[in-house]
Amino acid sequence: MGAAVFWGCAAIAFGPAAALVLLTVAAEPLRVIVLVAGAFFWLLSLLAASLLWFVSVQLSGREDAALLLLGAAAAVLLQELSRFACFKMLKKADEGLATLSEDGQSPISLRQMAYVSGLSFGIISGVFSITNILADSAGPGTVGIHGDSPYYFITSAFLTMALVLLHTFWGIIFFDACERRRAGGLGLVVGSHLLTSGLTFLNPWYEATVGPILILTLCTGLWAFGTAGGSFRNVLKCLSCKQQPEGQVMLCSALQVPPEE
Amino acid sequence: MITFMNNSDSEEEPCNERTSLMSAESPPVPSYQDGLQASEAGEAQAHRKRRAGSSRGPNNVTGGETSGSGVPVRESALENEEEELTLKYGAKHVIMLFVPVTLCMIVVVATIKSVRFYTEKNGQLIYTPFSEDTPSVGQRLLNSVLNTIVMISVIIVMTVFLVLLYKYRCYKFIHGWLILSSLMLLFLFTYIYLGEVLKTYNVAMDYPTLFIVIWNFGAVGMICIHWKGPLQLQQAYLIMISALMALVFIKYLPEWSAWVILGAISIYDLMAVLCPKGPLRMLVETAQERNEPIFPALIYSSAMMWTVGMAKPDTAARGPSQQTWDAAENGREHLRSPSHAESQMSETRSPVPTRPVTSLEELDEEERGVKLGLGDFIFYSVLVGKAAATASGDWNTTLACFVAILIGLCLTLLLLAVFKKALPALPISITFGLIFYFSTDNLVRPFMDTLASHQLYI
Repeated sequence: MGAAVFWGCAAIAFGPAAALVLLTVAAEPLRVIVLVAGAFFWLLSLLAASLLWFVSVQLSGREDAALLLLGAAAAVLLQELSRFACFKMLKKADEGLATLSEDGQSPISLRQMAYVSGLSFGIISGVFSITNILADSAGPGTVGIHGDSPYYFITSAFLTMALVLLHTFWGIIFFDACERRRAGGLGLVVGSHLLTSGLTFLNPWYEATVGPILILTLCTGLWAFGTAGGSFRNVLKCLSCKQQPEGQVMLCSALQVPPEE
Repeated sequence: MITFMNNSDSEEEPCNERTSLMSAESPPVPSYQDGLQASEAGEAQAHRKRRAGSSRGPNNVTGGETSGSGVPVRESALENEEEELTLKYGAKHVIMLFVPVTLCMIVVVATIKSVRFYTEKNGQLIYTPFSEDTPSVGQRLLNSVLNTIVMISVIIVMTVFLVLLYKYRCYKFIHGWLILSSLMLLFLFTYIYLGEVLKTYNVAMDYPTLFIVIWNFGAVGMICIHWKGPLQLQQAYLIMISALMALVFIKYLPEWSAWVILGAISIYDLMAVLCPKGPLRMLVETAQERNEPIFPALIYSSAMMWTVGMAKPDTAARGPSQQTWDAAENGREHLRSPSHAESQMSETRSPVPTRPVTSLEELDEEERGVKLGLGDFIFYSVLVGKAAATASGDWNTTLACFVAILIGLCLTLLLLAVFKKALPALPISITFGLIFYFSTDNLVRPFMDTLASHQLYI
């Protein structure tokens, strides 16, 4: 407990997200706006899901695990629905930006918007999951004093990190699937989200939750990388830092005005 | 109010970046003003500075017509270009407002969460005379509504007073009033704040050191705000005094009254800015008729504006654009909070009129700034601070309100770009903020708490 746990867990949970935001989003105003807009859409979905759960608890008069399961499933489905709404809005914005710009090309591509909106969903979802826990971790206390697992904080941090990255990848895959109208991609995204959420129901059996979820994150990451146009060859080319071919220089000289007139 | 300063600049400005905020077609707009809320002249006397701003900026009035001194073709070309430039910088301006609003909110939330003084009940201001310590819910609700009525009436009276003062050219009175308010903020409230922070962290400070610190802080603040100073220092001071003011409100407004007042002030803002006989609208129109900045305003500006002294060949050609720009400029100075002497905008803009600017190309992007009334800062921070103070120790509510306010600000700027007339900056943000506060506190919190206790992730 104390500052060490607080800073450690915060760094684990939000380190990748913070790096991604600082390196790719913070410098561009449009991306920051998309980031905030994505967070807003996620919040709307959470509101709807909470309302649903609240009403069902009030109606049934008791609070039990089955209702929570239903509430969580509804939350997942509503999140994906709001991701779709976000897609629609960003697509419209993209078209608008393209018409307004000089060369007919929008300053931000739909793929970039997919990435940023996925990241925003991840960040806001992670923040809502872990901020209260972090606030409690900074203060005095003993973890798991009533017999619960003492690894609560660290596993929460890892799960949050996985969730942030997963949302980013899902965003990329989802937008691409919507753009190409492939229901398979959509179904897989929704399915893997439900799977992730369902796996967390196995907590505190951490071997069955943290490990598989991290593996799932890795696989989804590779899939998103492939969707975004990456490939093994791209990675090799990037890593080998090849020089630009000479041909381009030739091209420039061809543009010169011929001396004789 | 949000005002957007747009220099009608050279035609050949290199446009490397095109970012625009809106997707629809944009009607040509030479100048672009946002509604500023005219701050209610309110509280010169007491410790209350209230800002009610109506954002306004009838730029279409100033833009098209007043500058029509002749070259219509040139005018339309300029308008088109200004429109492009407006859109081009739209996203950047949104960010230029996000950052200070976020900083102010962070300062307020950090103080609320750590210094217990600002969450302790210690009496009420005279503007909210009815107590909320009543046994029944109905009585409490009634008292809070009555408090709101008293507060809003004070605001309206003060605003009308301010408008009358301005109409009858009592500039010295207004200046004095504003200087007194900022003196109080920079010295007295800072002293109290520093005292409470030192108490919280159990740090001892002797009186001579305290005197030196407060004196320097206050004196530099007065100079930066009312006269000249580095832009960023000035911005920092404005953010700090907005935060201080918001903290005072959070401490002294009783709970239910605070929420009702927030709602009522958004409605007032909407009406004062958009209704033809609204005091703020009249203020702006008077200022535009006289072709002068409204008066030292509590306005946060994100960039230095040069009232261009084009002492050069292009002057004749720049004539109409210059007029447009100046008229728009004046229209943009909307006082958010007359009680605070924020003359920073007019003062720092006291440019060098005879500066030999050879062409407008030299004015680069940084000089197109956005202005937002400090009252908007204050009420946004009051909302988020109240959420942090009263939402059962929950961070989710605070964060939800924060996102809601940012989105509201974004939408307001978008609407501004679409309609190109003065719009109030409070209603959308405060509405979203209130909706999110109540729904997150009552619906989302139990859901997320239950999920967290079982370590479930959605």
